[in-house]
Amino acid sequence: MKRDDLIEYSLDAHHDEEKGKEIRKKIYKVTILLTIVTIIEVVLGAAIKQDAAIWPIIKWTFLILTILKAGYIVMVFMHLGDERKWLRYVILVPYFIFILYLIFIALWEATAIKSVLVYFS
Amino acid sequence: MAGHSEVLDSKTLWGGKISPFSTSYGKLMMWFFLVSDALTFGGLLISYGFTRHDCIVAWPIGEETFNSLPFLGHGYPLLYVALMTFILIISSVTMVLAVEAGHRMDRKGVTKWMIATIIGGFFFVGSQAWEWYHFIHGSEFGKIELADGSVAIVKGHFGEIKNFTVTEAGHEHKKGDIVKEDLMHTFQHAAAAGDITNGIITLHDGSKASITKEKDHDLTLIVKKSGSVNKASKEKRVIKGAKAEKLYYDALYSGEANRVIYGANLKQNEYGPQQYAQFFFFITGFHGFHVFSGVVINIIICLGVVAGTYHKRGHYEMVEKTGLYWHFVDLVWVFVFTFFYLL
Repeated sequence: MKRDDLIEYSLDAHHDEEKGKEIRKKIYKVTILLTIVTIIEVVLGAAIKQDAAIWPIIKWTFLILTILKAGYIVMVFMHLGDERKWLRYVILVPYFIFILYLIFIALWEATAIKSVLVYFS
Repeated sequence: MAGHSEVLDSKTLWGGKISPFSTSYGKLMMWFFLVSDALTFGGLLISYGFTRHDCIVAWPIGEETFNSLPFLGHGYPLLYVALMTFILIISSVTMVLAVEAGHRMDRKGVTKWMIATIIGGFFFVGSQAWEWYHFIHGSEFGKIELADGSVAIVKGHFGEIKNFTVTEAGHEHKKGDIVKEDLMHTFQHAAAAGDITNGIITLHDGSKASITKEKDHDLTLIVKKSGSVNKASKEKRVIKGAKAEKLYYDALYSGEANRVIYGANLKQNEYGPQQYAQFFFFITGFHGFHVFSGVVINIIICLGVVAGTYHKRGHYEMVEKTGLYWHFVDLVWVFVFTFFYLL
C-alpha cells in the first residue's frame, strides 16, 4: 500500500546520484578549508612565542579559527545546517546561553581568586 | 493527517503521531545526548581555563611541552598533534562520505567509507597512546630547581651517556667495572633521588661510579619560577650557553633529592603546576575514551551495513546517527587542540 500521508521523517534521508555529486563537492571543499585552517594554526603556534607583542592578536585569531572550524563541522558534517530552522535553535541557543554565562562567571571568579592569591603570596 | 491516524506507521512517526522538527526519534535523541556531552566537555575546558586563569605561577606553553615526533626526537613544536588533528578531521570526512553514500542506498560505498573511518579512529587512539607515553615519560633533561631556588625547564639535545666506570666497589660491582646497561634510567633515577654528587653517581648496590657522557648541545634554561638570582621575567627567563650548562649541572649533581623532576604523574610534573597534568590526563583521556567508544560503535554499525540490515530497512539512518557521534568527537578535539596546545 502506497501511503501519501507520511511526513518524510528524516529530512534528506535519500537523494539521487546528481545531488550526491553536489554534496560530495561541498564535503571536499570543507575538508580543504579545515586542513588549511589547521595548518595556519600550527604555523602560527610554532612561529610566534607567547611573550611576543603580537600574541594577544594571535590568541584571538586562534579562538576565531576554532569557532570557524567548529561551525563547519556542526553545520556541514553534522548536517545541522540542513535541518529545520527550529531544530537548530533548540540545539544551539540553550547551549550558547549556558556556556557563555559559564565562561563569564569562571573567568570573573578566577580573577577574584587570583587577586587574593597574589595578595597573600 | 488526523483522519488517517489509524494507518500511520509507528516505526516512522513518534508516539504522538507527528515527527517534531521532521526528524526521527533516534536522531533527535542523539542530538540531545550530544548537547549534554558538549556541556560536559565545555564544563571541563572551562574549569581548565578557570585554573589557568587564577594560577600565579607560569603555565606550560604548548609548543614548549609538545615538541617531539616518533623516531625523530625533540625540536618539532606542535607537529605531532597537528598530525593527530589532521587524522581525526580526515576520518570525519570519510564518515560524512559514508553518510552521503547511505543516502544514495550505496551499500558498497557505505562499507568502504566506514572501514576508512574505523582505521582513522584506530590511528588516532594509537597516536594518543604515544602522546601519553611521552608525556608521562618526559624529556631527558626534566625540570630543575636551580641553586638560588628558581625553577626552570630545559631545552636542547641531551648528550648520550656512554657508560659508568665504577670507582668504589659495592655489593655487586667491583672497582674498574664498566656499566653499560639501563644507563639513562639509572641516571635519571639517581639524579631525582640526589645520588649524584659532583659527577659521581651512587648506583643501587652502593657502589660509586664516574659518568662518561657526550656533550649536550644547545642547552637552554627557561626559568618558570623566580628565585633570588634567576627571574622568570620576559627579558631574563631564557638562559643559554655555558652559564646554562653550569647552572643545570650544579643543580643536577648537587646530591640533593627532588631537585629534578622527569615526566609527569598525578602528583608532580616537569611541565608546570600539578593541575596541568591532571587536566591533561582527564580531558584528553575522556576524549580518548570517546574516540575509543566511537570506534567500537562504528565497527558494530559497519557489521550491520555489511550484513545488509539497514539496506533491508530502506534507509541508512543508523549510519547517520553514529556519524553524528563521530563528528562530535572531532568537534571536541578541535577545542582540546586549541586550549591545550595552541593557547
